[in-house]
Amino acid sequence: MNASAAVSFRTLLMKEMLRFWKVSFQTVGAPVLTAVLYLLVFGHVLEDHVQALPGVSYTAFLIPGLVMMSVLQNAFANSSSSLIQSKIMGSLIFILLPPFSHWQLFGAYVAASVVRGVVVGLGVFIITVWFAPPTFAAPLWIVAFGLLGAAMLGTLGLIAGIWADKFDQLAAFQNFIVMPATFLSGVFYSVQSLPPFWRTVSHFNPFFYMIDGFRYGFFAQSDVNPWISLAVLTFAFVVVAGIAVNLLARGFKLRN
Amino acid sequence: MYRDRPPALELRGLTKRYDDGTLAVEDFDLEVRDGAFFGLLGPNGAGKTTLISIIAGLVRATSGRVTVMGHDVVDSYRAARLALGVVPQELAFDPFFTVRETLAFQSGYFGLANNGAWIDEVLAHLGLASRADSNMRALSGGMKRRVLVAQALVHKPPVIVLDEPTAGVDVELRQTLWSFIRRLNQEGHTIVLTTHYLEEAQALCQRIAMLRSGTVIALDTTRALLSHIEGVQMTLRVRGTVPPSVLAHRIDDRDGALVLRLGEPGDVGRVLAECQAAGCEIEDLEVGRADLEDVFLQLMAERAESERIPALATA
Repeated sequence: MNASAAVSFRTLLMKEMLRFWKVSFQTVGAPVLTAVLYLLVFGHVLEDHVQALPGVSYTAFLIPGLVMMSVLQNAFANSSSSLIQSKIMGSLIFILLPPFSHWQLFGAYVAASVVRGVVVGLGVFIITVWFAPPTFAAPLWIVAFGLLGAAMLGTLGLIAGIWADKFDQLAAFQNFIVMPATFLSGVFYSVQSLPPFWRTVSHFNPFFYMIDGFRYGFFAQSDVNPWISLAVLTFAFVVVAGIAVNLLARGFKLRN
Repeated sequence: MYRDRPPALELRGLTKRYDDGTLAVEDFDLEVRDGAFFGLLGPNGAGKTTLISIIAGLVRATSGRVTVMGHDVVDSYRAARLALGVVPQELAFDPFFTVRETLAFQSGYFGLANNGAWIDEVLAHLGLASRADSNMRALSGGMKRRVLVAQALVHKPPVIVLDEPTAGVDVELRQTLWSFIRRLNQEGHTIVLTTHYLEEAQALCQRIAMLRSGTVIALDTTRALLSHIEGVQMTLRVRGTVPPSVLAHRIDDRDGALVLRLGEPGDVGRVLAECQAAGCEIEDLEVGRADLEDVFLQLMAERAESERIPALATA
């Protein structure tokens, strides 16, 4: 029997997916419910008062933003919570003893995060279809931004999980960086409605490009040209992926 | 027999200084022959777990090199880790999965798919077959430890390292575990064992290294180490004043009893006669050969003595 690197990778990916699937009530059901509650409350309150994009109802505008927010937050949650849990439980040793390369570790953790993000995003989307009939003006952009955004957040989750030693450090990362960045990225509003100063600030938030590009796929309307968003996002992903792979290769906080 | 094969483990000039400045291992050399049953003994803090962690790639050495079956643990980490199975000291488990899932994943991590037959064999030999579909959380501590052992064996590694595998484990598991490990050793696997139970090491290991403060203070076959302490050991509990001729043999006091070392069995009668002549009443008596624990204590004491002398000289 020959040891195969492909089997190693596939097994770790399977294990990471099974980990969240076994507790899917909490890892998929709960975030879908949260997103639907946002839609109910904000959609109801703002439907008749706000028009973020010309010719698009506020509820229809909000849905892609909520879907993408769910994708991003859950992609982050998957890799980060898996790592911190196995660190604290001590079961990380079962990942450190086998002959994984740093690329395999990176690939498996990030791919499982993308799967969790997409599963939750699809769940949110399917339920919100009842609130506003969906349009898919440019579906390839939906796929591209959905996957790239999830990979970006899965990678950030990996870095946060490697760095954090305790749950509260991870919670700080999530509550003080990921949450504000997603909330202020234009999920609930178009940045065109912001004062010029805040509009400029928004352009330094990579999350803004994820939401804006993702939404372009539905309405063919966006604040920024989707090619520019894609370029910004690709660049940001390459940077964070480089950091993550480097941390794994050095064994930062994993191998003393 | 294995002349062409590299040693199972080779450690050369190994030093590990942790970030906080602790020197856990210093200029450490060790070679474990392929197929050996090797014991690594020493008090807490002697550096045993650090050594194992470096061999397993969990800790990086400050300097020096380690090979497993000839594969460098840093440069050829893939081959080195495939050749190594480690049973860690800490009781860790993944609460999401059953015993069988845990083992199937561990096997897959090492690149082995469809390894069910061997997994079943390991489960059976470790008395885990009936718990194969239980969730890890539902297992007792002893059962979790069996799973840890099974996880180290799923990829049939030629070198198996067990770090205190019987700490806090019941007699039954100890027996099951040792008969299985002995069998693996007979089939050609190299076994490296650390344990606090010296009688276990004495019964199992062919060669033993004794460690103190990150260095080897003794390295020899178990038999040679035992012959280090010659003669007979006699433990004597008496009432009355023990004559000086008897006290001259004293090497230790244990719970109010005298521990004497005598040159040969015939000396036992002489000591008893001297005690009786001096009017001592003998309450309890035990005569035996030195065991590994005595060797260990003596070596530790000798080392502590030799370390104390230069310190006094400079004071």
